Amino acid sequence: MLNLTPKKITPRTALRVNPCKTCQPVGAIYCALGVHRCMPHSHGSQGCVSYHRTFLTRHFKEPAIASTSSFTEGASVFGGGSNLKTGVKNVFDIYDPDMIAVHTTCLSETIGDDVGSYIMDIDLPDNKLVVHANTPSYVGSHVTGFYNMMCGFINYLSLNTKSPNGKIGIFPGFVNPADIREMKKLASMMKASFIMFPDQSGVMDAPMTGNYEMYPKGGTTKEEIISLGDCAKVLALGIFTSLEPANVLKRKCKVPYEALPLPIGIANTDQFIMELKKITQEEVPPALEEERGRLVDVMLDAHFYCYGKEVAVFGDPDTALGLTSFVLELGMIPKYVITGTPSDGFEKKAAELFDLFQVEGCMAKASADLFELHQLIKNEPVDLLLGTSYGKQIAKAENIPFVRAGFPVLDRYAHSYFPIVGYLGGLRLTELITCALMDQFDRECEDEDMDVVM
Amino acid sequence: MREKELVLDQYNAKVYKNRKEHILQIDESAEDQAIAANSRSIPGIMTNRGCCYAGCKGVVLGPLKDALVLTHGPIGCGFYSWGTRRNKAKTESGENYIQYCFSTDMQEPDIVFGGETKLRKAIEEAMEIFHPETILICSTCPVGLIGDDIHAIASETEKKYGITCVAFSCEGYKGVSQSGGHHIANNGVMRHIIGTGDTPIEKKYKVNLLGEYNIGGDGWETERILKRIGYEVIAVLTGDGSVESLRNSHQADLNLVMCHRSINYIAEMMHTKYGIHWLKVNFIGIDATIQTLRDMAAYFDEPELTARTEEIIADELSVIAEARAYYHSKLQGKTAALYVGGSRSHHYQALLADFGISTVLAGYEFAHRDDYEGRDMLPFIKEDADSKNIESITVEPDPEKFKAFLTKEKYEELRARIPLDSYKGLIHDMKTGSIVVDDLNHFETEEFLRLLKPDIFLSGIKDKYVLQKANVLSRQLHSYDYSGPYSGFNGAINFARDLTMGLYTPVWKFVIPPWKNHSTLQASLAEITGGEEATC
Ligand code: SF4
Ligand code: SF4
Repeated sequence: MLNLTPKKITPRTALRVNPCKTCQPVGAIYCALGVHRCMPHSHGSQGCVSYHRTFLTRHFKEPAIASTSSFTEGASVFGGGSNLKTGVKNVFDIYDPDMIAVHTTCLSETIGDDVGSYIMDIDLPDNKLVVHANTPSYVGSHVTGFYNMMCGFINYLSLNTKSPNGKIGIFPGFVNPADIREMKKLASMMKASFIMFPDQSGVMDAPMTGNYEMYPKGGTTKEEIISLGDCAKVLALGIFTSLEPANVLKRKCKVPYEALPLPIGIANTDQFIMELKKITQEEVPPALEEERGRLVDVMLDAHFYCYGKEVAVFGDPDTALGLTSFVLELGMIPKYVITGTPSDGFEKKAAELFDLFQVEGCMAKASADLFELHQLIKNEPVDLLLGTSYGKQIAKAENIPFVRAGFPVLDRYAHSYFPIVGYLGGLRLTELITCALMDQFDRECEDEDMDVVM
Repeated sequence: MREKELVLDQYNAKVYKNRKEHILQIDESAEDQAIAANSRSIPGIMTNRGCCYAGCKGVVLGPLKDALVLTHGPIGCGFYSWGTRRNKAKTESGENYIQYCFSTDMQEPDIVFGGETKLRKAIEEAMEIFHPETILICSTCPVGLIGDDIHAIASETEKKYGITCVAFSCEGYKGVSQSGGHHIANNGVMRHIIGTGDTPIEKKYKVNLLGEYNIGGDGWETERILKRIGYEVIAVLTGDGSVESLRNSHQADLNLVMCHRSINYIAEMMHTKYGIHWLKVNFIGIDATIQTLRDMAAYFDEPELTARTEEIIADELSVIAEARAYYHSKLQGKTAALYVGGSRSHHYQALLADFGISTVLAGYEFAHRDDYEGRDMLPFIKEDADSKNIESITVEPDPEKFKAFLTKEKYEELRARIPLDSYKGLIHDMKTGSIVVDDLNHFETEEFLRLLKPDIFLSGIKDKYVLQKANVLSRQLHSYDYSGPYSGFNGAINFARDLTMGLYTPVWKFVIPPWKNHSTLQASLAEITGGEEATC
């Protein structure tokens, strides 16, 4: 497995090998799927969206809808205006969404299609809407595309009507439906009245009923996105994902925000709860405190197997940092923390965590790839690998226990139905991590070392 | 022709006009049953099609295990075509590029100022780290637009490093689907790789397996059977295939064509250039495999080979006999719909029929009319602007390497009996009333599902969960849902086992919760009250 990866690390400036990121539109589609009765629309040739739908379907094991402008060579030369016009008409005719969220691709970006003005020229059916975002894939990553689409919705829709709605806006970041559900639970327990945007819960984990619904029940509604402009405050979870849309909303509607890390692990979840508490002025309910207590209890129980173990963490910037924070809490040493997304400040944020927990010999890197991670591991191995499905080859090659978390997880079922955020998410992660370590031990130990009791 | 109209009638006039040409309800008594294909998808329609790059890099070149395939473009395209097709590949040396994804990951300045510098640098770095003997460069949408000269860089690379380096201008927007990419890949492989080796192969019954992508290990199962009979498989294009083996593939006595769409160009060109005939084969399905093996024996026409063929067929059949009967009893009478890229929608009808399952709908994602109607209609296909954009190359007979295995008389005689240099197309095997759809889209999928109510829908990942959510068993025919192989005799059993598992999984019974089931409620009420209206 990966036999061609040499131990010797040579610098690379042009060749990307086994990337740890992908392109903007897939993030834009995922964002738009978190809006109720919204059809994501890819403005470009149909290959991109075919890949994006495939990829989202593989991660969620759910249908991922999205239409396309279906460019051919002609449109690539003369511009995609008429393709968009025809496309929008057909989408409303055939699939009847309330809203279409257009994003660009490399192709339409490179020819410089002005999607904004195309949209203005389109006659829309009553009560129907088209919004757009620019998502060139030669900038950033799928995370960038995700927040660019959020900005698109805000730019088109959110309004400050000068009558406050008394709600807080929660930007959950690029997470699974179960994470969003968990965040909603926490916010409700703290008696917050809120708007979750975007909200893929109920959409990308819709229940099996025997009937396919193109637009399942979930998703942030159009009215809610408009109303974001009247919120008292926004909690932007995951600074690398949610800061930009929070800024856009602030600029447009003067809604202040607080940027917090993704609530992965105890400290980050505590911070989320404290922030909610500050806003709602409510006491933390005993049930929640108990939930937290149970997590701490289990982490203490498990420390024996985790403490001092070295781990490589990789994935999207906010997820990777959240996971780093969590493994540090478990007493593990996050030897390598890698994201493929180019991010200013990622390395600094990770370094702050290393300092906080006084661990040494750890490194963090943005704009990195998994080939590099593998080479690092070949030189100085780790005890555990924590990240997306694309780590499985490294795990096999180097015989390292492997826990899947983040986006994408393509090769397992049900992962997106369990949160990794909140105290419950911490419980899940503790279980996954300790089981992976202990399974490895049991598999490889001498017969006389095989114990049933702990 | 009810179903067809019921679906089409829901479209607006413009879409109706376009789509009606792409849907055909079979009438076996009709003289010519034509269908529109290989034309643009309508903007706004949720088509399942991919792009030219997907066909070139993703399908044909990607599985070549000893080539470093470098995607020149922003990261997405390379990323998505990484390790998703399950083209298994084994090497003895351990030198295998299949698990790797290489890209230039172009950034904004590369788009603005051109990406050639970055591409050169990437090749330099690839050489230093991997020392590949072959680099294949595939371009994506923006590269074509900014005009990077990847072909010049490829020849530069060949000179500089003394390796094989071929560039493929397979920008996604070319053509109307993956099909353009297959063509481009075929051209490049034909021009730069096939026939460049000179290791003599002194064996009898030499064949190449073309258009076999080794999904789930299909190619290996097919090869196993061929080897048992005594055939020598020189090269496979491209599942578990290698550049190394392709170089010598011109020495084959016969080309076996599995996926007609993706590989017919190479088959034809090898026929012209090296005199190698091709045979349309199908190793999907028990009877189909037997037929194919007999066709092959007829081609080589030697008593010993013919006898050996029958012996192996009998032996393989005896091994699966019991399982076959069992699965037949579980599956017969069911109906299926099929929607895949190229030839699979045709191939799998044979396999389904082996177990008594009839096909009520079949469609291709990116076929041309000859895939539906047969190659005889090739002269009647009108070229449109989109197909003109894909280069067609002409080849001449190679004065040294041309070698026809058959005499002219023998060829004529055989061609009347077996699909030699010909393909009859999907429509030919479909029953009256069944439906053929070209470029089946999401809307039509839902509608036909309602109207035809197939028990099984074999398709790809994008609609897999749409179908499942609509209470229909769905299996992926591009990747086999982590299962396989499905080819040959054992593969047929694997397939039948997977369908049986799917159809008989108890969970289906729990989709509707008991409290939603009206008749149960009535029954229990009736029981309680002693009434007579229990209906359950
Ligand atoms: S062309 Fe661009 S948008 Fe499309 S898949 Fe490739 S990287 Fe992504
Ligand atoms: S069978 Fe279909 S999906 Fe497979 S390679 Fe051929 S055309 Fe592509």
